[in-house]
Amino acid sequence: MDLDSALWPKDVQRCSFPKFMIGITVVTLVLIWGVYAALLCWFKGLNQTNMNDYYGFALWIWADLAIIGLGGGAFFTGFLRYLVKKDELKNIINYAVLIGFICYSSAQLILGIDVGQPLRGWFIFWHANVHSMLTEVAFCLSCYFVVLCIEYIPLILENRQLDKEPFFHHLSHNMHGIMAIFAATGAFLSCFHQGSLGGVSGVLFGRPFGFREGIFIWPWTFFLFTWSAAACGPCFTILVTKLTETISKKQLVKPDVIDLLAKISGWMMFTYIIAKTVDTWYWALYTAPSKGFNWAFFYSDNAFYGPWILWLEIVICGYIPAMLLITKKTRQKNATLWTAIILASIGVCVNRWALVLQVMAPPVLPFDTWALYIPSWQEVATTILPIAYGVILIMISYRYLPIFPQERELNPITN
Amino acid sequence: MENNHKKGKTKKFGMVIDLDKCTGCGSCMVACMSENNVPFKADETDKRLSITWMLVYKFNNGKAHPNYDECYLPRPCMQCEGDHGHSPCVSVCPAVATDYSHETGIVSQIYTRCFGCRYCMAACPYHARYFNWWDPAWPADMEKYLSPNVSPRMRGIVEKCGFCFHRYQLATDKAYYEGRDELEEGEYQTACTQACPAGAIIFGDLNNPEHMVHKIAQPDAKHHGRPKNPNAFRLLERLGTNPKVYYLSSRKWVRDSGDNYRPDEK
Repeated sequence: MDLDSALWPKDVQRCSFPKFMIGITVVTLVLIWGVYAALLCWFKGLNQTNMNDYYGFALWIWADLAIIGLGGGAFFTGFLRYLVKKDELKNIINYAVLIGFICYSSAQLILGIDVGQPLRGWFIFWHANVHSMLTEVAFCLSCYFVVLCIEYIPLILENRQLDKEPFFHHLSHNMHGIMAIFAATGAFLSCFHQGSLGGVSGVLFGRPFGFREGIFIWPWTFFLFTWSAAACGPCFTILVTKLTETISKKQLVKPDVIDLLAKISGWMMFTYIIAKTVDTWYWALYTAPSKGFNWAFFYSDNAFYGPWILWLEIVICGYIPAMLLITKKTRQKNATLWTAIILASIGVCVNRWALVLQVMAPPVLPFDTWALYIPSWQEVATTILPIAYGVILIMISYRYLPIFPQERELNPITN
Repeated sequence: MENNHKKGKTKKFGMVIDLDKCTGCGSCMVACMSENNVPFKADETDKRLSITWMLVYKFNNGKAHPNYDECYLPRPCMQCEGDHGHSPCVSVCPAVATDYSHETGIVSQIYTRCFGCRYCMAACPYHARYFNWWDPAWPADMEKYLSPNVSPRMRGIVEKCGFCFHRYQLATDKAYYEGRDELEEGEYQTACTQACPAGAIIFGDLNNPEHMVHKIAQPDAKHHGRPKNPNAFRLLERLGTNPKVYYLSSRKWVRDSGDNYRPDEK
């Protein structure tokens, strides 16, 4: 009998408490390193970073956009589960919500470190400029984080000991009952904040690499970001689920659930990557030339950004995972499923990289030069901080909360 | 961004910089830093961390001697209006910490409002916006020389050229005291204009046909202020930023260097 076994979900097996604590301690050391770097940035200022006046948006903003894209599994799985009524997804929705919660709380933490005057952060709400994409991001992101908290709370209340308290039991039960409303709210808010994050670079008409035409006030990147988050977010949810299964050495979700989510994700990816190809084509043929640039200009005469980044994003991490996921045979084969979900997750990160860091790199003034940038250790540590935080939260949640409803059935305890 | 200007009284302060006269001496940069309390560091080797509201670029025609030619280009904030009425930076600021004045045509920066997200810096194609990566500091005795008319900026916020707006305020105060509504052309001049030993910088109201800037640049109101003077041009005209700084040169290669052209256009 383990020290904390009374807190585990009923009829499941967990590793020993000392082993768990060793794991927690190792990750906490990484977390402390990240917290130290973040405190340096807060107290000494952003001179601790390698950002400069050309690279005002750098590693953190990329990390921010990437984790929000990867966390898109929460809203899209919720949308499928509660609004499209894909009932099988109830077996993975808890984990999707947890991953989303980690991603969005991390994103807000990063933004809090990234701004030069964090204590004035509330100005974005108080003095809001309705024309700014960042204003839309701030409002929708904060509101959606509240939705994720509401979705996560009933899961915490389902802890075996908390659930014994009648009030918590009924609260959790009733919150589950109205979850469709929050799922719908979450999907609505997510469409806007994912989109407005896409709009951040899309509206920059002074930056021909990032600028895109669009409909009314929304550039095409607005729609592409929402689409890519809905496509790649569930892939990241599957990836983290598979990683958890590998580390815990047990199956936690039935293959048919993974298969359904992977199939939907595959079709979303396939349609998204076609749209992305059309967008890139239009930008290369019309948008960039109208500003006086050949598209190839943005992929040449510098030490890092070559056409490889286009191939990596669109073909290797776009069409290939999409094809692997929509083909039943490869989707159901473990090795190709792993390949597809890893590539899809990398793909959304590469896309965010290009639309944050590559936008800053090429010269716009004809007599200027490329600006490349390497992050400082403080930036790297601060970016790793949310990963450590996420691992800790997953470890604690997995150990004490009934995240996976099928775990008991798939792993019966035989005495 | 309210359009609250009164018809007939709106100004569009702008500049004409004659690149054929500019010697690249840097007096405009020094005058600007001194006038506007721009801080500096002991080590200014990394120019992408230096705050230079007015920055002189140097470029050449890429030819070998004896056809070699070079040009110095002073670059203040362009005070963009945008072809569609939105400055690149003003429209993106999430907290309205920067604004476009329809009274003067000047893009302001509200230091106490800015929270340092740097979105405006990403939006500006001219790199005219600067972040305070460090606390502002001056050698002890130099603090006595700081201008009382310009507030120093704190760490963690963005700052930029505002066409010495405090000088406009002082000039309008004086005019008000003297019972006048309008300023004379010479009453409001930027520090860089006055410091230029070659007289390469001319400043005034682009809306006023009597002012030199209007006479030289001949802004075409029907085409977002594009210059009618064949020797005048604006930087990155094709982006649609609609700037208020005009450059002048009799050399075609210099004028061509003001914008981007595809190889098939050259």
